[in-house]
Amino acid sequence: MSGKTLFDKIWDSHLVRQEPDGTTLLYIDRQLVHEVTSPQAFEGLKLAGRKPRRPGATLAVPDHNVPTTDRRLGIADQVSAIQIQTLEDNCRDFGITLFNMSDIRQGIVHVIGPEQGFTLPGTTIVCGDSHTSTHGAFGALAFGIGTSEVEHVLATQCLVQKRPKTMEIRVDGTLSDRCSAKDVILAIIGKIGTAGGTGYVIEYTGSVIRTLSMEGRMTLCNMSIEGGARAGMVAADEKTFAYIKGRPLAPAGASFDQAVKSWRQLTTDADAKYDAVVVLKAEEIAPQVSWGTSPGMVTGVDRRVPDPAAMTDEKDRKATERALEYMGLTPDMPITAITIDKVFIGSCTNARIEDLRVAANFAKGKKVAKTVHAIVVPGSGLVKQQAEEEGLHRIFTAAGFEWREPGCSMCLAMNADVLQPGERCASTSNRNFEGRQGAGGRTHLVSPAMAVAAAVEGHFVDIRTWS
Amino acid sequence: MHAFTKLTGLVAALDRVNVDTDQIIPKQFLKTIKRTGLREGLFYDWRRQKDGSPDPSFFLNQTRYQGATILLTRDNFGCGSSREHAPWALLDQGFRCVIASSFADIFYNNCFQNGILPVVLKAEEIQALMKDVLATPGYQLTVDLGQQTVTTPTGAGYRFTIDPFRKDCLYRGLDSIGLTLQHESAIAAYEARRKTEAPWLFTDLRT
Ligand code: SF4
Repeated sequence: MSGKTLFDKIWDSHLVRQEPDGTTLLYIDRQLVHEVTSPQAFEGLKLAGRKPRRPGATLAVPDHNVPTTDRRLGIADQVSAIQIQTLEDNCRDFGITLFNMSDIRQGIVHVIGPEQGFTLPGTTIVCGDSHTSTHGAFGALAFGIGTSEVEHVLATQCLVQKRPKTMEIRVDGTLSDRCSAKDVILAIIGKIGTAGGTGYVIEYTGSVIRTLSMEGRMTLCNMSIEGGARAGMVAADEKTFAYIKGRPLAPAGASFDQAVKSWRQLTTDADAKYDAVVVLKAEEIAPQVSWGTSPGMVTGVDRRVPDPAAMTDEKDRKATERALEYMGLTPDMPITAITIDKVFIGSCTNARIEDLRVAANFAKGKKVAKTVHAIVVPGSGLVKQQAEEEGLHRIFTAAGFEWREPGCSMCLAMNADVLQPGERCASTSNRNFEGRQGAGGRTHLVSPAMAVAAAVEGHFVDIRTWS
Repeated sequence: MHAFTKLTGLVAALDRVNVDTDQIIPKQFLKTIKRTGLREGLFYDWRRQKDGSPDPSFFLNQTRYQGATILLTRDNFGCGSSREHAPWALLDQGFRCVIASSFADIFYNNCFQNGILPVVLKAEEIQALMKDVLATPGYQLTVDLGQQTVTTPTGAGYRFTIDPFRKDCLYRGLDSIGLTLQHESAIAAYEARRKTEAPWLFTDLRT
C-alpha cells in the first residue's frame, strides 16, 4: 500500500460514515460565519426548529458590508445595516461568539481566524465564502460552502462530501528579489487556468513554499479557488507552530505540546501519490499583473497584453477580445504602459501585517501620483493596531495613501468603497471579474509592492528594477 | 426542497465560458436576508446597456427565451464566489436545469441544495446543442434524471453521469439536514473518539 498525502490524512481522520457510492459524511471542526451568506442559514434553522450542534465551534464576524471610514457614524446604507444587525441577532439567539464592528478583533473573516488561533493544523474548517481556502496555509482542510451547507454544518457539525482528487503544485528554486507569494499564485493560475484545479485539493510544496512566511502561505492558499480548487494546503512546520503559539484561541501549555506532536505527523508520506502534479520554477516567475477579467488572464509585468488576432483557439480569442474590450486595453501594448486611477491595498489576500510592512517599505519617502487615488485597508482591527504601533500608517498618509478601518472594502465593493464605471485600479485583492470592484470598474491584480509602485508612478512598473 | 425527476422545457443559450457568480448575481443583491426575489438581479450588469436600458442582444431579454427552464452554457460555469444567491436567482427566474461542459465545484454543490439539476455534457455535445438552440427559436429539451439522459426534439440522446447518492436525494427531494440527523449516533460516536485523540479541538470558542 502506498503512503498517504496530507489531504488523505486529514480527510480520513474526519470520516463519520460513507454511502455505498463513496459519498462521505465529513466531520467539520470549525466554522466561520459572516453577514452575507448566513442569514438564510439561520432562518432555515429557525423554520425547522433546529439548534446548532456545537455553537462553541463557530465564530462570527461582519466584514463585507462594514464601512472603512469612521465607524462612530454608523452605516449609511440601511440594507447593509440590516444585514449586520441580523448577524448580531442570530448570534445572540443561537449563542455564537461574534466580534462586532466596534470590537478591535473585528476584521476580514480569513484574517481573523488565523490571527485568533482559531485556524489549526489538521482541522476541517468551512465558511460560506470561497476564500476559506486561505486557512489551508496551516495544514488544514479548509473550503468554501454555500448557505444551505452553512445551515447543515450548524445543525449537524458535518457535511456531505465527495472525496476530491489531489494535486501537488511544486515550486522549486529561488524567487527573484521583490517577487512575492502573490506573484507565485498568479503565475500558477496563469499556468493551470481558472478551472485547472476543479475537483482537486491542491498541496503546495517545494523549496519556495517552505521559505514563505505564514502570511505568504495564506496569500498562496487564498487564491487556490481562483485556480478552480476548493482548497489549497501547505504542510505545517516550525513556522506554523511558532505562529500559532500564544494566540487567544489556540491550545496552550501541555495541550499545545500535545497538539504539536500530532501536527508533526501531518505531512505527505514519501511514497504517497497525487492524482496530478504541476511544477514551476521560481526563477521563471516575474512580478505578475492581470490584464483581463478572469484571474487566469495574467502575465509578467515585463510582457505585453495579448493580441487576440494571434490566437488559434476560437474560444480563447473570443474571450480575450471581450476581456480587452471591457478592460479598455489595446492588443500588444506593454503592461507598463497601462495607467491607473485607483490603488487598493487590502483584502483577505494581502492585508496582513507583513503585506502592510512591505507596502510601507516601498511607500516610504514617496508620493502617490496626482492622478491616482490610493487607499490602504488593513485586514483586521488588530492588524491596524499593530501597523500603527510600528508607524506604518504615518508612512502611508505622508505618501498620500488613505488609511482606513478594516473590512473587505473595495475587494468586492459592497460598502461605499467602489470604482466608478471605466476607472482602472491596481488591486491586491483576488478577483478581477467584470464589475467586481464596481459596475464598469477595471481591476488589475498585483502584489502589494507592485501596487505601491503603480500608485507612485501612475502606471505599472517592474518592481524588480524600481528605485 | 423540490424533487427533480424529468423536465421538458424551453432552452435558453448563454454562449460564454467562465461565467462567474459575480455576473450571475452582482454584489448589490447579496445584501438581502431572504432566498427569494433575486430574479431582478440575475445577470444584472449584462442585462443592461451603459445608459441603464435593457440590452436587446442579451439572451434573457429576448422574447424567444421567455419561460425557459433549461439553461445551456459552456465551460466552468459558476466559478468564483460561493454565493448561493446564484442558484437562488436562477431558480427565481424559472431555471430548473443548467447544462454545461463543466461547472465550478461550489456552484455545482449549491445547485443540488436547491432542486436544480446541473448536467455535464462533453464539449462537442455542448457545441452541437448550442448551434441548434441558437438556430431554432422554441427549441426544447427533455432532461430525465432517472435515465440520466438529455433528449433533443429529433430524439437524439446524450447520457450524463451523476453520483448515485446525489441523484437519489434530488430525485426524491430529500431534506439533506434531516438525512444527516438520522446518523446522530454515528456523529456522537465520532466526537467521543476524536475527543480523546485531539482534545484541543473541543474547547469551546465562547469561553
Ligand atoms: S476580502 Fe474580498 S475575497 Fe476576501 S472575504 Fe472579503 S470580499 Fe471575499
